[in-house]
Amino acid sequence: MSLPTEFAALEPYLEWDLATEAERYARRLASSMAEMQAFYDVAFPLLEDAIAYCDKFPLSDLPDDARTLMHLMQSLVMVSFPVEVWKQARVPDSGAAQIGLLVEPVI
Amino acid sequence: MPHFAKPPAGSWTEQYPELGTAPVDYTDSIDPAHYEAEREAIFKKTWLNVGRVELLPKTGSYFTKELPVADTSLILVRGKDKVVRAFHNVCRHRGNKLVWNDYPQEEVKGTCRQFTCKYHAWRYDLEGKLTFVQQENEFFDLDKADYGLKDVRCEVWEGFIFVNLDPDAAPLKEYLGEMAEGLEGYPFHEMTEVYTYKAEIGSNWKLFIDAFTEFYHAPVLHQKQAVKEEADKLMGYGFEALHYQLFGRHSMISSWGGMAPPKDPNMVKPIERVLRSGLFGPWDRPDVQGLAPEDLPPAINPSRHRSWGTDSFEFFPNFTLLFWAPGWYLTYHYWPTAVNKHIFEANLYFVPPKNARERLAQELAAVTFKEYALQDANTLEATQTMVNSRAVTDFPLCDQELLLRHLHHTAAEYVKKHKERTDVAAH
Repeated sequence: MSLPTEFAALEPYLEWDLATEAERYARRLASSMAEMQAFYDVAFPLLEDAIAYCDKFPLSDLPDDARTLMHLMQSLVMVSFPVEVWKQARVPDSGAAQIGLLVEPVI
Repeated sequence: MPHFAKPPAGSWTEQYPELGTAPVDYTDSIDPAHYEAEREAIFKKTWLNVGRVELLPKTGSYFTKELPVADTSLILVRGKDKVVRAFHNVCRHRGNKLVWNDYPQEEVKGTCRQFTCKYHAWRYDLEGKLTFVQQENEFFDLDKADYGLKDVRCEVWEGFIFVNLDPDAAPLKEYLGEMAEGLEGYPFHEMTEVYTYKAEIGSNWKLFIDAFTEFYHAPVLHQKQAVKEEADKLMGYGFEALHYQLFGRHSMISSWGGMAPPKDPNMVKPIERVLRSGLFGPWDRPDVQGLAPEDLPPAINPSRHRSWGTDSFEFFPNFTLLFWAPGWYLTYHYWPTAVNKHIFEANLYFVPPKNARERLAQELAAVTFKEYALQDANTLEATQTMVNSRAVTDFPLCDQELLLRHLHHTAAEYVKKHKERTDVAAH
Protein backbone atom coordinates (compact mmCIF):
# COMPACT_ATOMS: atom_id res chain seq x y z
CA MET A 1 0.00 0.00 0.00
CA SER A 2 1.40 3.39 -0.91
CA LEU A 3 -1.14 5.13 1.35
CA PRO A 4 -1.96 4.67 5.05
CA THR A 5 -4.75 2.03 5.25
CA GLU A 6 -7.40 4.49 6.46
CA PHE A 7 -6.94 6.41 3.20
CA ALA A 8 -7.34 3.39 0.90
CA ALA A 9 -10.25 5.15 -0.84
CA LEU A 10 -7.63 7.39 -2.48
CA GLU A 11 -5.73 4.48 -4.09
CA PRO A 12 -7.49 4.92 -7.48
CA TYR A 13 -6.21 8.51 -7.60
CA LEU A 14 -2.49 7.91 -7.16
CA GLU A 15 -1.77 9.60 -10.49
CA TRP A 16 -2.25 12.78 -8.45
CA ASP A 17 0.75 11.85 -6.27
CA LEU A 18 2.78 14.69 -7.75
CA ALA A 19 5.53 16.53 -5.89
CA THR A 20 5.68 19.80 -7.82
CA GLU A 21 3.18 22.50 -8.74
CA ALA A 22 4.19 22.26 -12.40
CA GLU A 23 3.17 18.57 -12.49
CA ARG A 24 -0.06 19.20 -10.61
CA TYR A 25 -1.00 22.13 -12.82
CA ALA A 26 -0.21 20.15 -15.99
CA ARG A 27 -2.39 17.25 -14.82
CA ARG A 28 -5.22 19.64 -14.02
CA LEU A 29 -5.09 21.06 -17.56
CA ALA A 30 -4.96 17.54 -19.00
CA SER A 31 -7.94 16.26 -16.94
CA SER A 32 -11.64 16.35 -17.67
CA MET A 33 -14.04 17.94 -15.20
CA ALA A 34 -15.51 14.48 -14.52
CA GLU A 35 -12.08 13.15 -13.54
CA MET A 36 -11.34 16.08 -11.25
CA GLN A 37 -14.83 15.97 -9.72
CA ALA A 38 -14.43 12.25 -8.94
CA PHE A 39 -11.06 12.84 -7.26
CA TYR A 40 -12.40 15.87 -5.35
CA ASP A 41 -15.49 13.98 -4.15
CA VAL A 42 -13.31 11.29 -2.55
CA ALA A 43 -10.44 13.51 -1.35
CA PHE A 44 -12.26 16.53 0.06
CA PRO A 45 -14.09 14.66 2.86
CA LEU A 46 -10.71 13.14 3.87
CA LEU A 47 -8.86 16.46 4.04
CA GLU A 48 -9.19 17.01 7.80
CA ASP A 49 -8.21 13.40 8.56
CA ALA A 50 -5.25 13.61 6.16
CA ILE A 51 -3.96 16.72 7.91
CA ALA A 52 -4.36 15.05 11.30
CA TYR A 53 -2.48 11.98 10.02
CA CYS A 54 0.41 13.95 8.50
CA ASP A 55 0.69 16.16 11.57
CA LYS A 56 1.78 13.13 13.59
CA PHE A 57 5.17 13.50 11.85
CA PRO A 58 7.60 16.37 11.37
CA LEU A 59 6.84 18.05 8.04
CA SER A 60 10.48 17.77 7.00
CA ASP A 61 10.60 14.04 7.67
CA LEU A 62 7.33 12.47 6.52
CA PRO A 63 7.22 8.70 5.99
CA ASP A 64 6.58 7.73 2.35
CA ASP A 65 2.87 7.02 2.78
CA ALA A 66 2.29 10.36 4.52
CA ARG A 67 4.25 12.15 1.81
CA THR A 68 2.04 10.56 -0.85
CA LEU A 69 -1.00 11.65 1.15
CA MET A 70 0.34 15.21 1.31
CA HIS A 71 0.90 15.25 -2.45
CA LEU A 72 -2.69 14.11 -2.98
CA MET A 73 -3.94 16.88 -0.69
CA GLN A 74 -1.83 19.42 -2.60
CA SER A 75 -3.47 18.11 -5.76
CA LEU A 76 -6.86 18.51 -4.08
CA VAL A 77 -6.00 22.17 -3.55
CA MET A 78 -5.01 22.35 -7.23
CA VAL A 79 -8.36 20.98 -8.48
CA SER A 80 -10.43 22.94 -5.96
CA PHE A 81 -10.67 25.99 -8.22
CA PRO A 82 -11.91 24.05 -11.29
CA VAL A 83 -14.36 22.02 -9.18
CA GLU A 84 -15.63 24.63 -6.72
CA VAL A 85 -15.58 27.70 -8.93
CA TRP A 86 -14.62 27.58 -12.59
CA LYS A 87 -16.40 24.41 -13.79
CA GLN A 88 -13.48 24.15 -16.22
CA ALA A 89 -9.78 23.26 -15.90
CA ARG A 90 -8.41 26.57 -17.12
CA VAL A 91 -8.71 29.87 -15.32
CA PRO A 92 -11.44 31.79 -17.21
CA ASP A 93 -10.25 34.81 -19.17
CA SER A 94 -6.63 33.71 -18.86
CA GLY A 95 -6.24 33.09 -22.61
CA ALA A 96 -2.64 32.58 -23.64
CA ALA A 97 -1.22 33.87 -20.36
CA GLN A 98 1.21 31.54 -18.59
CA ILE A 99 2.85 31.91 -15.24
CA GLY A 100 5.54 29.48 -14.17
CA LEU A 101 6.40 28.60 -10.59
CA LEU A 102 10.20 28.50 -10.62
CA VAL A 103 11.04 28.04 -6.97
CA GLU A 104 8.78 26.32 -4.44
CA PRO A 105 9.07 24.30 -1.27
CA VAL A 106 8.73 20.63 -2.31
CA ILE A 107 7.54 17.98 0.11
CA MET B 1 -21.63 57.81 -1.22
CA PRO B 2 -18.12 56.93 -0.03
CA HIS B 3 -17.77 54.14 2.52
CA PHE B 4 -14.42 55.47 3.70
CA ALA B 5 -13.54 59.11 4.36
CA LYS B 6 -11.71 61.06 1.66
CA PRO B 7 -9.05 63.62 2.63
CA PRO B 8 -10.03 67.31 3.13
CA ALA B 9 -8.87 68.17 -0.41
CA GLY B 10 -12.03 66.34 -1.53
CA SER B 11 -10.20 63.49 -3.22
CA TRP B 12 -6.94 61.59 -2.87
CA THR B 13 -5.75 62.85 -6.25
CA GLU B 14 -6.39 66.54 -5.60
CA GLN B 15 -3.96 66.47 -2.67
CA TYR B 16 -1.28 66.37 -5.36
CA PRO B 17 -2.07 69.26 -7.73
CA GLU B 18 1.02 68.57 -9.88
CA LEU B 19 -0.74 65.43 -11.12
CA GLY B 20 -3.93 67.18 -12.25
CA THR B 21 -7.15 65.29 -12.83
CA ALA B 22 -7.20 65.32 -16.64
CA PRO B 23 -7.23 62.17 -18.77
CA VAL B 24 -3.76 60.59 -19.08
CA ASP B 25 -1.95 60.12 -22.38
CA TYR B 26 -0.81 56.48 -22.69
CA THR B 27 1.52 57.05 -25.64
CA ASP B 28 4.28 56.50 -23.05
CA SER B 29 3.37 52.80 -23.12
CA ILE B 30 3.52 52.25 -26.89
CA ASP B 31 6.14 54.67 -28.26
CA PRO B 32 9.48 52.87 -28.94
CA ALA B 33 11.45 56.15 -28.71
CA HIS B 34 9.96 56.88 -25.30
CA TYR B 35 10.84 53.36 -24.17
CA GLU B 36 14.47 53.90 -25.21
CA ALA B 37 14.46 57.15 -23.24
CA GLU B 38 13.06 55.34 -20.17
CA ARG B 39 15.89 52.82 -20.31
CA GLU B 40 18.50 55.59 -20.13
CA ALA B 41 16.69 57.93 -17.76
CA ILE B 42 15.16 55.39 -15.39
CA PHE B 43 16.61 51.90 -15.53
CA LYS B 44 20.24 52.99 -15.84
CA LYS B 45 19.85 55.66 -13.15
CA THR B 46 17.69 54.31 -10.32
CA TRP B 47 18.06 51.72 -7.57
CA LEU B 48 16.71 48.36 -8.73
CA ASN B 49 15.92 45.51 -6.37
CA VAL B 50 17.38 42.21 -7.57
CA GLY B 51 16.42 39.91 -4.70
CA ARG B 52 16.96 39.20 -1.03
CA VAL B 53 20.05 38.36 1.01
CA GLU B 54 18.68 34.84 1.69
CA LEU B 55 19.61 34.07 -1.94
CA LEU B 56 23.24 34.53 -0.87
CA PRO B 57 23.42 32.56 2.40
CA LYS B 58 27.19 32.07 2.64
CA THR B 59 30.61 33.08 1.37
CA GLY B 60 30.78 32.29 -2.35
CA SER B 61 27.00 32.16 -2.88
CA TYR B 62 26.16 33.93 -6.12
CA PHE B 63 23.40 34.49 -8.64
CA THR B 64 23.26 36.26 -11.96
CA LYS B 65 20.65 38.82 -12.94
CA GLU B 66 19.89 39.53 -16.57
CA LEU B 67 19.05 43.20 -17.14
CA PRO B 68 18.29 43.56 -20.84
CA VAL B 69 16.57 46.86 -20.07
CA ALA B 70 19.98 48.22 -19.05
CA ASP B 71 21.97 46.24 -21.64
CA THR B 72 23.79 44.15 -19.08
CA SER B 73 23.96 41.05 -16.92
CA LEU B 74 25.14 41.22 -13.32
CA ILE B 75 26.80 38.85 -10.86
CA LEU B 76 25.68 39.18 -7.25
CA VAL B 77 28.04 37.48 -4.83
CA ARG B 78 28.80 37.27 -1.12
CA GLY B 79 32.52 37.77 -0.47
CA LYS B 80 34.86 36.28 2.14
CA ASP B 81 34.17 39.39 4.21
CA LYS B 82 30.39 38.54 4.01
CA VAL B 83 29.73 41.71 1.98
CA VAL B 84 27.29 41.38 -0.94
CA ARG B 85 28.73 42.87 -4.14
CA ALA B 86 27.54 43.33 -7.71
CA PHE B 87 29.68 43.13 -10.85
CA HIS B 88 29.01 43.34 -14.54
CA ASN B 89 29.05 39.75 -15.76
CA VAL B 90 31.86 40.31 -18.23
CA CYS B 91 35.43 38.95 -18.37
CA ARG B 92 37.97 41.75 -18.58
CA HIS B 93 40.04 39.87 -21.15
CA ARG B 94 37.87 40.00 -24.26
CA GLY B 95 34.32 40.49 -23.12
CA ASN B 96 33.02 36.96 -22.73
CA LYS B 97 30.14 36.55 -20.35
CA LEU B 98 31.82 35.27 -17.19
CA VAL B 99 29.13 33.29 -15.34
CA TRP B 100 26.59 31.19 -17.22
CA ASN B 101 25.77 27.54 -17.81
CA ASP B 102 24.46 26.00 -21.01
CA TYR B 103 22.51 29.02 -22.21
CA PRO B 104 24.17 32.45 -21.94
CA GLN B 105 20.83 34.28 -21.55
CA GLU B 106 19.59 32.18 -18.63
CA GLU B 107 20.08 33.28 -15.05
CA VAL B 108 22.11 30.92 -12.85
CA LYS B 109 22.88 30.55 -9.16
CA GLY B 110 25.25 28.52 -7.04
CA THR B 111 28.25 28.59 -4.75
CA CYS B 112 31.88 28.87 -5.78
CA ARG B 113 35.35 29.79 -4.53
CA GLN B 114 36.18 31.94 -7.51
CA PHE B 115 34.90 32.76 -11.01
CA THR B 116 36.73 31.21 -13.96
CA CYS B 117 36.04 32.36 -17.50
CA LYS B 118 35.06 29.53 -19.86
CA TYR B 119 37.00 31.14 -22.69
CA HIS B 120 40.64 31.55 -21.56
CA ALA B 121 40.45 30.59 -17.88
CA TRP B 122 41.02 34.03 -16.40
CA ARG B 123 40.08 33.83 -12.73
CA TYR B 124 38.54 36.35 -10.33
CA ASP B 125 38.10 36.07 -6.59
CA LEU B 126 34.81 36.64 -4.78
CA GLU B 127 35.66 40.32 -4.29
CA GLY B 128 36.17 40.76 -8.05
CA LYS B 129 39.98 40.89 -8.13
CA LEU B 130 41.72 39.27 -11.12
CA THR B 131 43.84 36.48 -9.61
CA PHE B 132 45.00 34.39 -12.57
CA VAL B 133 45.83 35.04 -16.21
CA GLN B 134 46.51 32.08 -18.48
CA GLN B 135 50.01 32.47 -20.04
CA GLU B 136 50.38 35.78 -18.29
CA ASN B 137 53.89 36.34 -19.76
CA GLU B 138 52.39 36.56 -23.28
CA PHE B 139 50.70 39.85 -22.37
CA PHE B 140 52.20 43.32 -22.58
CA ASP B 141 52.64 45.25 -19.33
CA LEU B 142 49.51 43.69 -17.87
CA ASP B 143 48.99 44.57 -14.21
CA LYS B 144 46.30 42.28 -12.80
CA ALA B 145 45.34 44.99 -10.32
CA ASP B 146 43.98 47.02 -13.25
CA TYR B 147 41.70 44.25 -14.48
CA GLY B 148 39.32 43.39 -11.68
CA LEU B 149 35.65 42.85 -12.46
CA LYS B 150 33.78 46.05 -13.21
CA ASP B 151 31.72 46.73 -10.12
CA VAL B 152 28.21 48.08 -9.83
CA ARG B 153 26.75 50.05 -6.93
CA CYS B 154 25.14 47.54 -4.57
CA GLU B 155 23.45 48.32 -1.25
CA VAL B 156 21.13 46.41 1.04
CA TRP B 157 17.99 47.65 2.81
CA GLU B 158 16.17 45.34 5.26
CA GLY B 159 17.66 42.33 3.49
CA PHE B 160 16.66 43.53 0.00
CA ILE B 161 19.62 43.79 -2.40
CA PHE B 162 19.54 46.81 -4.70
CA VAL B 163 21.86 47.75 -7.56
CA ASN B 164 22.34 51.01 -9.40
CA LEU B 165 24.19 51.29 -12.72
CA ASP B 166 24.85 54.97 -12.12
CA PRO B 167 28.13 55.32 -10.18
CA ASP B 168 27.09 58.84 -9.14
CA ALA B 169 23.69 57.85 -7.73
CA ALA B 170 22.72 59.07 -4.26
CA PRO B 171 22.86 56.34 -1.57
CA LEU B 172 20.07 53.76 -1.49
CA LYS B 173 18.63 54.93 1.86
CA GLU B 174 18.24 58.42 0.50
CA TYR B 175 16.60 57.12 -2.68
CA LEU B 176 14.12 54.92 -0.81
CA GLY B 177 13.37 57.74 1.59
CA GLU B 178 10.62 58.09 4.15
CA MET B 179 8.38 55.35 2.78
CA ALA B 180 11.04 52.68 3.29
CA GLU B 181 11.90 54.05 6.72
CA GLY B 182 8.32 53.50 7.78
CA LEU B 183 8.59 49.80 6.90
CA GLU B 184 11.78 49.08 8.80
CA GLY B 185 11.48 46.44 11.49
CA TYR B 186 8.96 44.24 9.66
CA PRO B 187 10.11 40.62 10.25
CA PHE B 188 11.19 40.03 6.63
CA HIS B 189 14.00 37.75 7.81
CA GLU B 190 11.49 35.33 9.40
CA MET B 191 9.68 34.78 6.09
CA THR B 192 11.94 32.41 4.26
CA GLU B 193 9.38 30.01 2.74
CA VAL B 194 9.41 31.34 -0.83
CA TYR B 195 7.35 30.75 -3.97
CA THR B 196 8.88 32.39 -7.07
CA TYR B 197 6.76 32.94 -10.18
CA LYS B 198 7.82 34.24 -13.56
CA ALA B 199 5.90 35.16 -16.70
CA GLU B 200 6.52 36.81 -20.02
CA ILE B 201 3.90 39.48 -20.45
CA GLY B 202 2.95 41.09 -23.75
CA SER B 203 2.60 44.60 -22.40
CA ASN B 204 4.58 47.65 -21.45
CA TRP B 205 5.98 47.34 -17.92
CA LYS B 206 3.89 50.24 -16.63
CA LEU B 207 0.62 48.59 -17.63
CA PHE B 208 1.13 45.68 -15.21
CA ILE B 209 2.02 48.07 -12.41
CA ASP B 210 -1.19 49.92 -13.32
CA ALA B 211 -3.13 46.68 -13.00
CA PHE B 212 -1.75 45.88 -9.56
CA THR B 213 -1.93 49.37 -8.05
CA GLU B 214 -5.65 49.82 -8.39
CA PHE B 215 -8.25 47.47 -6.94
CA TYR B 216 -11.09 49.25 -8.78
CA HIS B 217 -10.95 46.23 -11.16
CA ALA B 218 -11.11 43.58 -8.44
CA PRO B 219 -14.88 43.17 -7.97
CA VAL B 220 -15.31 43.03 -11.76
CA LEU B 221 -12.42 41.10 -13.34
CA HIS B 222 -12.23 38.61 -10.48
CA GLN B 223 -15.95 38.33 -9.70
CA LYS B 224 -16.13 34.63 -10.50
CA GLN B 225 -13.53 33.89 -7.82
CA ALA B 226 -16.00 34.63 -5.03
CA VAL B 227 -19.21 32.73 -4.33
CA LYS B 228 -22.19 34.23 -6.22
CA GLU B 229 -23.88 36.27 -3.46
CA GLU B 230 -20.56 37.63 -2.28
CA ALA B 231 -19.55 38.59 -5.82
CA ASP B 232 -22.83 40.48 -6.33
CA LYS B 233 -22.36 42.32 -3.06
CA LEU B 234 -18.76 43.27 -3.90
CA MET B 235 -19.80 44.52 -7.32
CA GLY B 236 -22.51 46.66 -5.67
CA TYR B 237 -20.01 48.22 -3.26
CA GLY B 238 -17.31 48.74 -5.86
CA PHE B 239 -13.87 49.43 -4.44
CA GLU B 240 -12.56 52.19 -2.22
CA ALA B 241 -9.15 52.20 -0.60
CA LEU B 242 -8.62 53.10 3.04
CA HIS B 243 -5.69 55.35 2.28
CA TYR B 244 -3.31 56.50 -0.44
CA GLN B 245 -0.02 58.29 -0.02
CA LEU B 246 2.68 59.50 -2.37
CA PHE B 247 6.28 59.80 -1.21
CA GLY B 248 7.99 61.67 -4.03
CA ARG B 249 8.77 58.99 -6.62
CA HIS B 250 7.26 56.19 -4.51
CA SER B 251 3.66 55.54 -3.50
CA MET B 252 1.37 53.33 -1.46
CA ILE B 253 -2.24 52.15 -1.32
CA SER B 254 -3.87 50.75 1.80
CA SER B 255 -6.91 48.55 1.43
CA TRP B 256 -9.55 46.84 3.54
CA GLY B 257 -10.06 43.13 3.41
CA GLY B 258 -12.50 41.20 5.47
CA MET B 259 -11.79 37.77 4.07
CA ALA B 260 -9.18 36.48 6.47
CA PRO B 261 -11.08 35.10 8.26
CA PRO B 262 -14.45 36.03 6.72
CA LYS B 263 -17.30 37.21 8.96
CA ASP B 264 -19.52 34.48 7.53
CA PRO B 265 -17.83 31.21 6.49
CA ASN B 266 -20.46 30.78 3.75
CA MET B 267 -18.86 33.71 1.94
CA VAL B 268 -15.91 31.55 0.96
CA LYS B 269 -15.26 28.32 -0.90
CA PRO B 270 -15.40 24.94 0.89
CA ILE B 271 -11.63 24.35 0.61
CA GLU B 272 -10.99 27.77 2.17
CA ARG B 273 -13.23 26.92 5.11
CA VAL B 274 -11.30 23.71 5.84
CA LEU B 275 -7.80 25.06 5.24
CA ARG B 276 -8.54 28.50 6.74
CA SER B 277 -6.77 30.26 3.91
CA GLY B 278 -7.38 32.01 0.60
CA LEU B 279 -6.31 35.00 -1.46
CA PHE B 280 -5.41 37.00 1.64
CA GLY B 281 -3.29 34.12 2.89
CA PRO B 282 -3.59 31.76 5.85
CA TRP B 283 -6.10 33.25 8.29
CA ASP B 284 -4.07 32.36 11.37
CA ARG B 285 -1.20 34.73 11.97
CA PRO B 286 2.17 33.00 12.46
CA ASP B 287 3.73 33.19 15.87
CA VAL B 288 6.61 35.59 15.21
CA GLN B 289 7.41 38.97 16.71
CA GLY B 290 6.25 42.10 14.93
CA LEU B 291 3.11 40.93 13.14
CA ALA B 292 0.37 41.84 15.59
CA PRO B 293 -1.60 44.92 14.40
CA GLU B 294 -0.14 47.12 17.13
CA ASP B 295 3.43 45.95 16.39
CA LEU B 296 3.43 46.67 12.65
CA PRO B 297 5.80 49.40 11.44
CA PRO B 298 4.07 52.81 11.10
CA ALA B 299 3.91 52.82 7.28
CA ILE B 300 1.77 49.66 7.24
CA ASN B 301 -1.95 50.29 7.71
CA PRO B 302 -1.22 54.01 8.16
CA SER B 303 -4.83 54.83 9.01
CA ARG B 304 -4.75 52.05 11.67
CA HIS B 305 -8.12 50.91 10.36
CA ARG B 306 -9.73 47.85 11.93
CA SER B 307 -10.83 46.55 8.52
CA TRP B 308 -7.32 46.72 7.12
CA GLY B 309 -6.44 43.85 4.79
CA THR B 310 -3.45 44.66 2.58
CA ASP B 311 -0.98 47.45 1.72
CA SER B 312 0.93 47.79 -1.51
CA PHE B 313 4.11 49.88 -1.62
CA GLU B 314 5.41 50.87 -5.06
CA PHE B 315 9.12 51.57 -5.10
CA PHE B 316 9.91 53.41 -8.32
CA PRO B 317 10.49 52.18 -10.88
CA ASN B 318 9.61 48.48 -10.80
CA PHE B 319 9.52 46.97 -7.30
CA THR B 320 6.38 46.32 -5.26
CA LEU B 321 6.21 45.23 -1.63
CA LEU B 322 2.77 44.01 -0.65
CA PHE B 323 1.81 43.13 2.92
CA TRP B 324 -1.20 41.07 3.98
CA ALA B 325 -2.91 41.46 7.33
CA PRO B 326 -2.60 37.77 8.31
CA GLY B 327 1.20 38.04 8.38
CA TRP B 328 2.99 37.41 5.09
CA TYR B 329 4.17 39.49 2.17
CA LEU B 330 4.93 39.31 -1.52
CA THR B 331 7.03 41.19 -4.02
CA TYR B 332 6.52 42.03 -7.68
CA HIS B 333 9.18 42.99 -10.20
CA TYR B 334 8.53 44.18 -13.73
CA TRP B 335 11.60 43.85 -15.99
CA PRO B 336 11.09 45.48 -19.40
CA THR B 337 12.41 43.66 -22.45
CA ALA B 338 10.77 45.84 -25.15
CA VAL B 339 8.26 48.66 -25.34
CA ASN B 340 5.44 46.09 -25.43
CA LYS B 341 6.98 43.24 -23.39
CA HIS B 342 8.31 42.56 -19.96
CA ILE B 343 9.18 39.76 -17.58
CA PHE B 344 6.96 39.70 -14.53
CA GLU B 345 8.31 38.14 -11.34
CA ALA B 346 6.41 37.51 -8.13
CA ASN B 347 7.73 36.12 -4.87
CA LEU B 348 5.48 35.01 -2.01
CA TYR B 349 7.16 34.97 1.41
CA PHE B 350 5.74 33.02 4.36
CA VAL B 351 7.01 32.06 7.79
CA PRO B 352 8.11 28.42 7.29
CA PRO B 353 5.18 26.12 8.14
CA LYS B 354 5.51 24.03 11.28
CA ASN B 355 3.18 21.25 10.15
CA ALA B 356 1.01 19.87 7.34
CA ARG B 357 -1.93 22.10 8.27
CA GLU B 358 0.11 25.29 7.92
CA ARG B 359 1.80 23.97 4.79
CA LEU B 360 -1.53 23.29 3.04
CA ALA B 361 -2.88 26.69 4.08
CA GLN B 362 0.13 28.27 2.32
CA GLU B 363 -0.38 25.96 -0.65
CA LEU B 364 -3.93 27.28 -1.07
CA ALA B 365 -2.72 30.90 -0.83
CA ALA B 366 -0.07 30.21 -3.50
CA VAL B 367 -2.50 28.42 -5.84
CA THR B 368 -5.06 31.21 -5.39
CA PHE B 369 -2.42 33.82 -6.15
CA LYS B 370 -1.73 32.21 -9.52
CA GLU B 371 -5.44 31.98 -10.43
CA TYR B 372 -5.76 35.74 -9.96
CA ALA B 373 -2.46 36.63 -11.58
CA LEU B 374 -3.36 34.68 -14.74
CA GLN B 375 -6.50 36.76 -15.16
CA ASP B 376 -4.58 39.97 -14.55
CA ALA B 377 -1.78 39.01 -16.95
CA ASN B 378 -4.08 38.09 -19.80
CA THR B 379 -5.99 41.35 -19.60
CA LEU B 380 -2.76 43.27 -20.15
CA GLU B 381 -2.04 41.95 -23.59
CA ALA B 382 -5.54 42.97 -24.63
CA THR B 383 -4.91 46.46 -23.25
CA GLN B 384 -1.51 46.80 -24.93
CA THR B 385 -2.81 45.93 -28.40
CA MET B 386 -5.70 48.38 -28.16
CA VAL B 387 -3.67 51.26 -26.71
CA ASN B 388 -1.26 50.53 -29.55
CA SER B 389 -4.03 51.12 -32.09
CA ARG B 390 -3.89 54.83 -31.12
CA ALA B 391 -7.62 54.91 -31.82
CA VAL B 392 -7.81 56.43 -28.34
CA THR B 393 -4.79 58.05 -26.66
CA ASP B 394 -6.13 59.71 -23.53
CA PHE B 395 -7.79 57.82 -20.71
CA PRO B 396 -9.72 59.17 -17.72
CA LEU B 397 -8.31 57.85 -14.45
CA CYS B 398 -10.49 57.93 -11.35
CA ASP B 399 -9.54 58.78 -7.79
CA GLN B 400 -8.94 55.07 -7.04
CA GLU B 401 -6.35 55.10 -9.83
CA LEU B 402 -4.14 57.76 -8.23
CA LEU B 403 -1.08 55.50 -8.17
CA LEU B 404 -1.33 54.94 -11.95
CA ARG B 405 -1.51 58.66 -12.60
CA HIS B 406 1.48 59.11 -10.32
CA LEU B 407 3.52 56.34 -11.98
CA HIS B 408 3.09 57.66 -15.52
CA HIS B 409 3.76 61.18 -14.29
CA THR B 410 6.92 60.17 -12.40
CA ALA B 411 8.31 58.12 -15.30
CA ALA B 412 7.67 61.01 -17.70
CA GLU B 413 9.40 63.44 -15.31
CA TYR B 414 12.49 61.22 -15.18
CA VAL B 415 12.62 61.12 -18.96
CA LYS B 416 12.10 64.87 -19.24
CA LYS B 417 14.79 65.76 -16.67
CA HIS B 418 17.23 63.31 -18.20
CA LYS B 419 16.68 64.87 -21.61
CA GLU B 420 17.24 68.36 -20.18
CA ARG B 421 20.52 67.23 -18.60
CA THR B 422 21.81 65.51 -21.73
CA ASP B 423 20.73 68.45 -23.92
CA VAL B 424 22.70 70.82 -21.67
CA ALA B 425 25.70 68.49 -21.75
CA ALA B 426 25.56 68.34 -25.54
CA HIS B 427 25.79 72.14 -25.93
